[in-house]
Amino acid sequence: MLRGEDHVWIRRVALAASIAEFVISLFLLPRFNLADAGFQLQENRAWIGEAIHYHMGVDGISIFLILLTTFLTPIAILASWESIQEKCKGFFICLLVLETGMIGVFVSLDLFLFFVFWEVMLIPMYFIIGIWGHERRVYAAVKFILYTMLGSILMLVAILWLYNLTGTFDLPTIQQQLAQGVSLSPTAELLLFGAFFLAFAIKVPLFPFHTWLPDAHTEAPTAGSVILAGVMLKLGTYGMLRFCLPLFPNAAHRAAPLIGVLAIVGIVYGALVATVQTDLKRLVAYTSVSHLGFVVLGIFAFNTTAIQGAIYQMLNHGISTGALFLAVGMLYDRRHTHEIKQFGGLATPMPVLMAFFLFVALSSLALPPLNGFIGEFLILVGVFLTHHQWAAWGTSGAVLSAIYLLWAYQRVALGDVAVEKNRTLPDASGREKFILAVMSVVIIVMGVASPMFTRRMAPATDAMLQQMTQQMDRTAAASRQAPAPAPPRPIAIAPPAAHHLLASLNEGQVRP
Amino acid sequence: MFLSVFGILIMLIDPFVSQGRKRVLGWFALIGAVFSLHSVAAMLHVAADSGAAGYSGLITADYFSIFVHVIIMLAAILVILGSMDYLDQEGIQGGEFYALVLFAAAGMGILASANELVTAFVGLEMSSISSYILAGYRRRAPKSNEASLKYFILGSFATAFFLYGVAMIYGATGTTRIDLIQTAFQLNPLDPKAGSSVLPIFGLGLIFVGLGFKVVAAPFQIYAPDVYEGAPTPVTALLASAPKVATFALMIRIFYVAFGSATNLWFWVIWISAALTMVIGNLGALKQTNVKRMLAYSSIAHAGYILVAFTAGTDVGIAAMLFYLAAYSFMKVGAFLIVTHLGQQDEQRLELKDYAGLGSKQPVLAACFALFLLSLLGLPATGGFLGKFFAFQAALDSRVIWLVVIAAINSVVGSYYYLRVIISMYFWDPAQDYTPAKVGTPLTVALAIAAAATLYLGLLPSQVLNFARAAADSLSLR
Repeated sequence: MLRGEDHVWIRRVALAASIAEFVISLFLLPRFNLADAGFQLQENRAWIGEAIHYHMGVDGISIFLILLTTFLTPIAILASWESIQEKCKGFFICLLVLETGMIGVFVSLDLFLFFVFWEVMLIPMYFIIGIWGHERRVYAAVKFILYTMLGSILMLVAILWLYNLTGTFDLPTIQQQLAQGVSLSPTAELLLFGAFFLAFAIKVPLFPFHTWLPDAHTEAPTAGSVILAGVMLKLGTYGMLRFCLPLFPNAAHRAAPLIGVLAIVGIVYGALVATVQTDLKRLVAYTSVSHLGFVVLGIFAFNTTAIQGAIYQMLNHGISTGALFLAVGMLYDRRHTHEIKQFGGLATPMPVLMAFFLFVALSSLALPPLNGFIGEFLILVGVFLTHHQWAAWGTSGAVLSAIYLLWAYQRVALGDVAVEKNRTLPDASGREKFILAVMSVVIIVMGVASPMFTRRMAPATDAMLQQMTQQMDRTAAASRQAPAPAPPRPIAIAPPAAHHLLASLNEGQVRP
Repeated sequence: MFLSVFGILIMLIDPFVSQGRKRVLGWFALIGAVFSLHSVAAMLHVAADSGAAGYSGLITADYFSIFVHVIIMLAAILVILGSMDYLDQEGIQGGEFYALVLFAAAGMGILASANELVTAFVGLEMSSISSYILAGYRRRAPKSNEASLKYFILGSFATAFFLYGVAMIYGATGTTRIDLIQTAFQLNPLDPKAGSSVLPIFGLGLIFVGLGFKVVAAPFQIYAPDVYEGAPTPVTALLASAPKVATFALMIRIFYVAFGSATNLWFWVIWISAALTMVIGNLGALKQTNVKRMLAYSSIAHAGYILVAFTAGTDVGIAAMLFYLAAYSFMKVGAFLIVTHLGQQDEQRLELKDYAGLGSKQPVLAACFALFLLSLLGLPATGGFLGKFFAFQAALDSRVIWLVVIAAINSVVGSYYYLRVIISMYFWDPAQDYTPAKVGTPLTVALAIAAAATLYLGLLPSQVLNFARAAADSLSLR
């Protein structure tokens, strides 16, 4: 319908579509039943044969991730309002298809459907990086897609294996069967877990699978980076929560020590590498490695507090890192470079933009009244309950994040104007102010009103952990009869104290 | 039957049509192919009634052969549609081209429904000889002649192997009817250690050589890249799709039905061949910069994926193979037809760099090509993905786990070279000196059919899948 040259209307239609999507997704909230720990608002139709269904639903884990997706897409469209001038139509088509794919991944409850969305999502991202990216875009795009495909194809084999065991692709049914009927040998469980985990670990990306990320982030256009960091990385951690833990609890527990160590290495390594980057966008990219290390650490601590923290941190990272990429993108629009050396003293010509930059940096490094703090705090509290040492190492990551972000801010914004050209740069435009203001409001709201979110996550995470314990008890009981018993470690359900602590903490901050 | 009649008719009419109007014969051939597709529908009634065998048991019209027939006919139709403009452009328009395509398709039809090995041999020869000539149809091009000769010499060897194998099985069982061979082996089970089984086992081995050549299974794949590259591109589209489908059908009949009581005899042979085929095809394709040659290697790799389903040894495996073959034919023919169009005069523009910027020059054509490539790659929502999906599932169902893992890793390797073409089309700057010609009407129709079928098989596969299952059930396994 729209002509290729009519950029204005293409943008408007894309924006309108994505905002409509966001408004519709907001209706999820009132319809979401707090007391129900299972999947809600389900839709289930037969698709291919008897086995494959079009089965969708949301629960406390996915609901906010969906909102995050629908929220970030209009932001990404606004952010590319002026920076995308070529092949405008294709770009926004890709962006909206990408949104469909991501939401599809979050809501599908059928393994086959999940895999379809998981793969379909790659292609628009591939094009976004490859066509509208920066200098080394083709290399980055190919690296991105090959890495992800390697992981996901093994997951496909695992999905087929599960189908042959249970005769269905339906997630709730498989879960039930694994919990009650079909029993896996420890090796089989570990292999299945490994196949799923590898796919998700590459997506997250967990150290040492992270090498695609800096390239993809750096080369992608701003909107691509925002979506990539904001939502796509969460698909990995979401997958771990949705599949790895509830389906294969024994294997998850067996692998947890290794994964915990990798997550910590990721936190510290990502932070250290970020510190020494000379490219601002690359620096922000490496913060993702570090921050998502936290999320993985939280997930594999196996208790409510840490897992809620992990989900919360997923949302935070989406908002904060998304905002950081937006700010970096705005700098790039003005100067067409990411080199930190090219900046310096920018607070003089553009005070508003730099103030926002500082603000989102503070949120990203987890300054207390802001959102990042809640997530990291919950994770660390939860992790501390089960692994003191993990928590200790994790805290070092929090300290390091203050170093690299503040140092970056100092080099970009403070001091004298280093490059003469920068003296005349325009400050944030109305559109940019609007984008950043919206992001900041969300950052503050998520910082002070966290129970609003955690309250909705709690039933689902509790139910998941309970189900894991039951399944493990059953395996343990079965293996007691077997010659070589291997008692699994007990799961610590988090003490409610942590919630109260958090709630009071928040109230304390609201009062001046 | 219809095909041969129309083929002969075309040959007869040909001299009377003036040089400038030979194109009409193409439409005529098309009518013939559509008619024969229609007559397949008549077969459907026969099959529904009794699964009757015709010509005193030499030919059967069961759901299995119908399924294969439909694929072959559609592939032939697409090829005819796709070659009209091509032949004009190369100045080799002529009735015998279409007649040969029809003869080849008729031979493949016989191959697919043969219930008797000598009949199968007749079909095999009919399709092979037609395709030898077709491969050399660009008479003035040395490459085309080379392809024809290579295909002819090696192909004759392969059919000879096949015939020798048939003779040995006849010697052992006293019959060439597939159902009777099956009964014979059920009465006297094959035992590798017993001396009396040497003959049929050796015969089966020879048959595998002969048919493995036709489906391009390793280690008999050597000829494929050269022949596929040298043959005129529409012919390559035909060679890469229909004969494979027909030969796989015959292989299924021989290995699953006649030798169905001795799956353990051939399981490892197929396993190793499948693994080799995939690895060789994919590694070979990786370094190609010629898109036509790359697609030739990719069709080797795809034969490997089909062989993965072959190792399953169950009716689930047969259904998976049939589905794969259907999806594969459409996407492969579609891809080769686009290469045909973009090749321009004398097939000069086949390199990756010639595809640069196609995404902005001809967006619809590029989108079609991207769809076929993504389907070959195995991206969900396309027929290629579901084909792979069902193939892997069938193999896993029979506990063939490691082969599936090899296949999975291979398909990631494969994605690299398919994506390279997409990179070239969309990410590279267009070459300034060159604008591809407009797509003619027949080719548009062909591409639309192929693209629609690829999407249909990817999104709503239930119907085709059910038919494939019915086809698998119609074979009397063991």
